[in-house]
Amino acid sequence: MIAIIDYGLGNLRSVQCALRRVGAESAITADADEISGADGVILPGVGAFWRAMENLRKSDLVNVVLETAKNGKPLLGICLGMQMLFSESDEHGRHEGLGIIPGKVIRFTESLKIPHMGWNEVKHGTPSPLFESVKDGAFFYFAHSYYVVPNDPAVAIGVTDYGKTYASAVQKGNVFGVQFHPERSGPVGLEMLTNFYRLCKTT
Amino acid sequence: MLAKRIIPCLDVKDGRVVKGRSFVNLRDAGDPVECGKQYSDAGADELVFLDITATLEARKTIRQLAARVADEVFIPFTIGGGISTIEDARGLLSAGAEKISINTAAVRNKPLITEISEAFGNQAVVVAIDAKRTGESWEVFISAGTTPTGLDVIEWAKEVEKLGAGEIMLTSIDSDGHNAGYDIELNAAVNEAVTIPVIASGGAGGPEDMLRVFTEGKADAALAASIFHYGTYTIAEVKDYLRQHGVQVRR
Repeated sequence: MIAIIDYGLGNLRSVQCALRRVGAESAITADADEISGADGVILPGVGAFWRAMENLRKSDLVNVVLETAKNGKPLLGICLGMQMLFSESDEHGRHEGLGIIPGKVIRFTESLKIPHMGWNEVKHGTPSPLFESVKDGAFFYFAHSYYVVPNDPAVAIGVTDYGKTYASAVQKGNVFGVQFHPERSGPVGLEMLTNFYRLCKTT
Repeated sequence: MLAKRIIPCLDVKDGRVVKGRSFVNLRDAGDPVECGKQYSDAGADELVFLDITATLEARKTIRQLAARVADEVFIPFTIGGGISTIEDARGLLSAGAEKISINTAAVRNKPLITEISEAFGNQAVVVAIDAKRTGESWEVFISAGTTPTGLDVIEWAKEVEKLGAGEIMLTSIDSDGHNAGYDIELNAAVNEAVTIPVIASGGAGGPEDMLRVFTEGKADAALAASIFHYGTYTIAEVKDYLRQHGVQVRR
């Protein structure tokens, strides 16, 4: 069972529908015990960074996310959920993140259309099981205004060009983050969720 | 590189797709899920479902529609039509819609744009602007294009961006339904004025119209209804043409 963390933000149902499609049982939950008992955990998220962190704290779910990262179970942050894995964000002032992956979250330059919205190519970075059988340069669906800058460039398992080349997918051990929405990215997104599900079953 | 998006728009009434006559191979051409799946398989980048249901009571069906589409279709979809409160928006987004679009309600109740944007993120908020040419400029119309507002389209576009819209769906009332091309000047003017993405709508007659609205009109996405519904062009034909002319599209 995969736990989709419910802290009052994010389109959780679309993630659950996509997991169901790839044969993965999942639960939308705010229950720390249920989350720590799951085979894998997904941290979704939309909206503002500070509000998401505040909601996660208020829901008393920060610890269970940190524990999941520590105990080796697959953890996948999607979109804002990926950004929250990092140390800090510049969105609406400086705000502290979960600090699981060292690095920061900054805004795209003003000369671009913001949000970065639509389908863009993800080129493979450091090899990762998350991209197994996913074509190099496959298109995924994005919708975001901020992006991550990891301290260690080697955590980038996927990179995307938008004004500049940035890390659109990251991995640090059992912790994964994707800036795009695999649940909205058609067959290629389902392929990636299948990979995550396989990791959950085998870890 | 970010791809230009091709977005079929489906009109929905009482939970059923109307005008979807090219869906000859479907068991049920009026079923939004079947239509959505077919377009998704055909290479559509997103879908827009526009609820034209007349009565409030029957509008409840749109939420069930959103849930059923989310069960089966794994590309982003937007629901528009009749959304006037944050609860309407919440219902559709939590059912699985990626975005909602608001038009009349955005003009009548500007704080609604900010409210939805702050609650669900600006990527979830599309403000639909229906524009009618008046001499050298364009005026915003509401209530399905029937009511003039006195608002200037360019000024309104800038304002909705400030209020928290993540995207603008820009329909030319003059071009809509004529299949003679998008209003290129309108699109170029709005794209010049805002930094959020703009979806061009109204007037698509073929791939060359889309090429023009992407290159000269600087639009980020092109919406079309009849050319796809009636099978005049497939999405693949449109994308092949765009690719041959140097426009990045999703394969």
